[in-house]
This record gives sequence, C-alpha cells and structure tokens, in this order.
Amino acid sequence: MTRKYHVAATVNGDEYEYLCEPQQTLLDALRDELMLTGTKEGCATGDCGACTVMVDGAMICACLMLAVEADGKKIETIEGMAQGEDLHPLQRNFLELNGLQCGICTPGILIAAKVLLDRNPDPTETEVRYWLAGNLCRCTGYDKIIRSVLAAAREMRGA
Amino acid sequence: MHSLKYEAPSALGDAIALLAQASGTSRILAGGTDVIVQIETDLIEPELVVDIKKIPDLRGIAVENGAFRVGAAVTGMELMDHQAFCKAWPGVVDGVKLIGSMQIKGRATMGGNLCNASPAADSVPALIAAGAVVRIAGPNGARDVAVEHIPAGPGRTSLAKGEIIVSFAFPPRPPRTGDAYLRMTPRTEMDIAVVGVGVNIALDADGVCTAARVALGAVAPTALLVEEAGAALIGSRLDAPALYRLAQAAAAACRPIDDKRGTREYRVKVAGVLARRAALLALERARQNI
Repeated sequence: MTRKYHVAATVNGDEYEYLCEPQQTLLDALRDELMLTGTKEGCATGDCGACTVMVDGAMICACLMLAVEADGKKIETIEGMAQGEDLHPLQRNFLELNGLQCGICTPGILIAAKVLLDRNPDPTETEVRYWLAGNLCRCTGYDKIIRSVLAAAREMRGA
Repeated sequence: MHSLKYEAPSALGDAIALLAQASGTSRILAGGTDVIVQIETDLIEPELVVDIKKIPDLRGIAVENGAFRVGAAVTGMELMDHQAFCKAWPGVVDGVKLIGSMQIKGRATMGGNLCNASPAADSVPALIAAGAVVRIAGPNGARDVAVEHIPAGPGRTSLAKGEIIVSFAFPPRPPRTGDAYLRMTPRTEMDIAVVGVGVNIALDADGVCTAARVALGAVAPTALLVEEAGAALIGSRLDAPALYRLAQAAAAACRPIDDKRGTREYRVKVAGVLARRAALLALERARQNI
C-alpha cells in the first residue's frame, strides 16, 4: 500500500489541500484532485510547455514537479489570470488576433507570455520567440501567437 | 506497482543518512527535469526519492574569499538572474541558458545537469573550463573534486552511495579573464548539443594569454578537459597560428559517436571550429573585463 502524502498549497490565492501518491505530478494533482483543468497535459515530459504554471514565482512545467513537492507553495495557474469577467490583456489579444486554434497550448503560452511581460514590458519579436521556445503549438505556426503577445505588450505599456 | 517513498529533509546530514541507508534504488531530487521523467516513464523504479531543495547549503549563491560558491540546487533562472555571477562567469551562464526551455530552467540545476551525466550536458564543459570544484558531502565526510572527475560515462558518476554534491566553488575572477561556451545544434533552441566547447582564459597586461582551459562536450562518453588545447593558447595573443593549434588539439581529443545528430567526422571538424570561435569570444570578454 503506497503511502499518501498530505499537501496544503495556495493556488491562485485560495488555500487548497489534497492527498497524493509520491509519484503523482503537480499536473496530476491540479487536474485530478483540484479539478483545475485549465492546465493541460501535452507531452508529460517537459518538452511542450502546455502545463506551464508558476510555483513560488518560478515558471515551470507542472508535469516535471511532484505533487508532494507543492506543500506550502504558492501556485498560479491559468484559472487565476482573468479577474472575474475581465480578461487579461494577453487573453483579449489572443482572442482578437486569433492567437489560438485548438487551444490546448494556449493556457501554457498565456502564463509564459505573462511572465515575459512582467520581466520585460517591451520585448522584441525575437525575444518573444526565444522566450516561448518551450511552448509548442501544432496549429498556428506561431506567427499569430507572437503578434498577439506583442499587441498585448503594446496595450499594457499604453503605447 | 512499486512503493515509492518521498523525503525532503532540511539537514544535509539527514539526506546523506537516508541515501546511505537506502536498501533499494534511490534518487536525489533537485530540479527533477530528468529524474521525474525517468520515474513517470518507468525507466527507473526507485524506492526512495530524497528532495534536497530544503537544505540551505544547496540553495545559495555566495562570495567566499572573493570567489563564488553556488549551491548545487540553485536553479538555472536563479543563476541567470544573478547579475554579479553573470558578469564574472558569462561562459558558465551561456551553458546554463542552453539547458532546455525557460520552464526547464525554472527547475533545472547545475548539480542535476552534472549528475545526470549526459555527455552533451551544456553547463558541464563551461564548468570544467571555469575550473569549478564541487564540494561533495557523504557518509565519510566532505571532499572537494574538480568537475571533470564527476562524470564517469553516460548516465554514470564517480559519486559513492550516500554522496551529494553540495556546491560549486569557482576560482577568484581577476581582471583580464573571460570565458565562453558555444554549442552546435541543428536547431537554434530546444535541442541537444552535437558538440559543445567551453573556453576560459586569462591575459596579462600586454594581452598575452597566461592561462587557458578548454573543455569539450558531446564528443566522448564524458565531457573532456583538453589540456593540449589550453596549452596551444598560453603564451600567445590568440593569433591565427595559436587558434589553428587550438582547433587541431580540440579535434584530436574527440572520440565521438555517429548518430542522427551528427557523424563522427562532422563532430570532429565542428569541435575545432567551435573551439576557435569560443576562444575568440572569451578573448573579447577578457579584454572588456578590466
């Protein structure tokens, strides 16, 4: 009988508790224990970035962290990006400029893009492309994603 | 289904004891970017995982006697965001920047990159060129070992049971020193080195090279310190004949495999070319570091 571990973590500002097995990933816990299914599973090996979340301020792949490691951590997921009905400028620009097609990669890309703009409000196109190199999209060909990020950055700068 | 136990001690001694007393397979968990994939895909079935991230000795970046000491579990992003370290060791940071995506670097550590023991690990040639020395703690006490003596072969290290890499000690960084790491990959991002070269040099006041260390990655079962390649630069101003001798020595040290990323001949040729380019970048940085 595998021992279960008790975890208490803050997710998007709310306190959560769950029980997990040691080999479960944070991605498993978010989706299956907390029912926060906005974070997607793509490759489950850290290559595609679909499960990108923030843990204590670090941008990581939730598939590459054990659920048990989250005890006492502050986690931010895509569910925390919009403020009620008000979409984040990144979300709005992705919708307006068709920065998504099937949408599986979108939550991870939005999180990653938000981290970039928090660090660098005025990135070049090249900087956006390199920053998002760990987020794979098999639909868009990336151009519309990049344009959406740059448009959101302009809007957020008030330019 | 095997039974896995997770421990996250906050004292180094407890982590060593857990690993030393483990009866079956055990693994150290730092960034987990390799270990968790191996666990999830059943490549390994450890009975014990010891998370070392709560041990303070492994988490800091400090200056000791004018030289940097970096905890083995410091993440790539933490290192890249440390301005003083980036200024002192831009070549080491070049290597760290190439470890996977931004998300991977949010977790991945230099200790893990070294202990995963991939011949193509990007930070390792840069660390060897830098002359970094690891502090190892284990059941029989602590020992200091040069980075080049840790990898023993693909996926294997020279660490004994219960031993943990605690930190990387870098030498002092006087003026007119510079380092660089370059790698060749078919794609610009998210790829594995076909060849990687780290170069670290020191110049005297007249611009003559007084010390040089050159290390190669992905061209042998482990990263290599190539003493002949460093010697080719010493006493020169990194002029064309010295760079030619450097390239020849780097190519001569290669014992690469043939695989889908590159043939043997290609790797040998590229090792020489990249060594020359990395030396010129290290030279430029050494000249600016005054």
